[in-house]
Amino acid sequence: MLEIANLHKTFVVGGVAPRGALAGVDLKVLPGEFVTIIGSNGAGKSTLLNAIAGVFPVDRGIILLDNEDITLQPEHKRAAYIGRVFQNPLQGTAASMTIEENLAMAMRRGQRRGLKRGLTARSRKQIKESLAVLGLGLEDRLQCPVGLLSGGQRQALALVMATLVRPRLLLLDEHTAALDPTTAEQIILLTQRIVSQEGLTTLMVTHSLDQALRLGDRTIMMHEGQIVLSVSGPERAQMGVEDLLEEFRKLRGVQVTDDSLLLTTSA
Amino acid sequence: MLSFALISGSIEQGLAYGIMALGVFITYRVLQFADLTVDGTFPLGAAVAASLIVSGTSPFVACLVAMLAGMLGGALTGFLHTKLRIAGLLAGILTMTGLYSVNLRIMGRANIPLLRQPTVFTILEELLPKVPYLQLLVLLLLAVVIKLLLDAFLATDIGLAMRATGDSPEMIRSLGVDTEAMTIAGLSLANGLVAFSGALVAQYQGFADVGMGIGTVVVGLASVIIGTGIIRSHAVFHSTLGVLVGAIIYRLAIFFALRMGLEPTDLRIMTAVLVIAALALPTVKTRWRERRLSRLVASENARLLAEGYVGQKEEAGCVRDSQSA
Ligand SMILES: Nc1ncnc2c1ncn2[C@@H]1O[C@H](COP(=O)(O)OP(=O)(O)O)[C@@H](O)[C@H]1O
Ligand SMILES: [Mg+2]
Repeated sequence: MLEIANLHKTFVVGGVAPRGALAGVDLKVLPGEFVTIIGSNGAGKSTLLNAIAGVFPVDRGIILLDNEDITLQPEHKRAAYIGRVFQNPLQGTAASMTIEENLAMAMRRGQRRGLKRGLTARSRKQIKESLAVLGLGLEDRLQCPVGLLSGGQRQALALVMATLVRPRLLLLDEHTAALDPTTAEQIILLTQRIVSQEGLTTLMVTHSLDQALRLGDRTIMMHEGQIVLSVSGPERAQMGVEDLLEEFRKLRGVQVTDDSLLLTTSA
Repeated sequence: MLSFALISGSIEQGLAYGIMALGVFITYRVLQFADLTVDGTFPLGAAVAASLIVSGTSPFVACLVAMLAGMLGGALTGFLHTKLRIAGLLAGILTMTGLYSVNLRIMGRANIPLLRQPTVFTILEELLPKVPYLQLLVLLLLAVVIKLLLDAFLATDIGLAMRATGDSPEMIRSLGVDTEAMTIAGLSLANGLVAFSGALVAQYQGFADVGMGIGTVVVGLASVIIGTGIIRSHAVFHSTLGVLVGAIIYRLAIFFALRMGLEPTDLRIMTAVLVIAALALPTVKTRWRERRLSRLVASENARLLAEGYVGQKEEAGCVRDSQSA
């Protein structure tokens, strides 16, 4: 279970009067819950995920993961139990290293790394099995450098790597935004399968309102560093994209003509 | 007629400097960090080894202490870069600059001759007097063992994490690796090898000199670029082999350049030009291809315009308008 209270983060950039990227976020995610996050560009979605992952220290607030206070833990420490997939497929895998080397590193998440061989006959077998379920034929290309794979294949690999050692929390930040629609849909299906099979507690940022409602158990909307809407259950089941836009208008008192305001085009 | 005896010296130097090039490979290729510390840790290794040998320490122990000193130098650059956020190039330059004074302090003067001192080579020659090309064999054995150890290390869990630190730091951090610690460890290991190489070279050439470090990193880069250019492969085993081969080819190239009348003082500019050429080659190739392509497009477009495929109506209208105006 993830519990966040009163989370604040302001980026100070070159003396310009800073605006809070996170301005008091409270969030509770139940074990096994799959939450989708939407919001306009610059709403603070990535900042929230980065704060949880520990990419930077927060200014105020507390982050509890399974009742453990991780607020002040360095990024690499909490990475032991937080899986991540980034928007950019180049970021989530090591291009110059082979498929099996990438997965071997993922198998060591949260363990002490020593001078044992990274790849053994046993770990190779395990790697093959976890790749075979993807149905991409990657299990036959273990020695192939990841740089030769397509963006979709790399993102599938990144997803497997993030979940190979079961994380207590999975963070997905627009992990299909850089892919073509068909490939994106495949990665979404894969995400759904892995998350439901493993019962992973998941936060997924998406720029697709439709996707946000279709996937997972709950949808939250962020605006100017705060969570302004949270819907789940039957209420959410009946919701359409239009309703989400309507909610946005009501909550913020601004005129939204189409969903362009909510569509995030870049990181 | 060129005899092997004539070029064996170049091969020996190639192997001795090849160990330094393996260090440069770790920073430049594995960590993707242009580390100039090398110009300070190479003479540091020589200075430490020479001083210890002169004061009666075993040359073997002297080599190991030299290596440790180099590791400290590399770790310092890593510390400056990761913990104090000083840009990588500058961090290396700062350590290198500081080490110049340190090296002078260690030696107490600018040059220590080792001509009548025991070295790893003289000791082994006394032990095995009948072996031909002993010096070459010793250096070959050392270089190959170090290469194989490095290969094995880069295949361990830590080694994989170190490679990923250079390739995709966000990814490997998200898998629980402290990339700052990895960078420091990698720089330390690399400069340990560089200093070890410096210690060997001092004993090989019979002196340590405070100025012997100038241009070391460029020689290392030349070896890495030549070697990995000849042996193209993603596999670490091939890359490190390439680095050693590259270091030998570099020495042989110098040998022949000198024989063809090049002044020894011009060696450094030759090396610099070589590295510039190797680094610029991909860009120049692309530019050239683009230029040729745009020339093709231009002539094709000229033809399209001349044949009235495109542009005729608008052009006619323009002409008429300007005439009526
Ligand atoms: N590393 C950073 N440095 C400075 N400003 C940042 C940084 N990351 C995010 N911001 C700012 O914080 C705000 C929220 O950004 P972000 O969380 O990336 O939004 P999004 O909801 O689109 O993911 C934006 O105004 C952005 O410019
Ligand atoms: Mg974002």
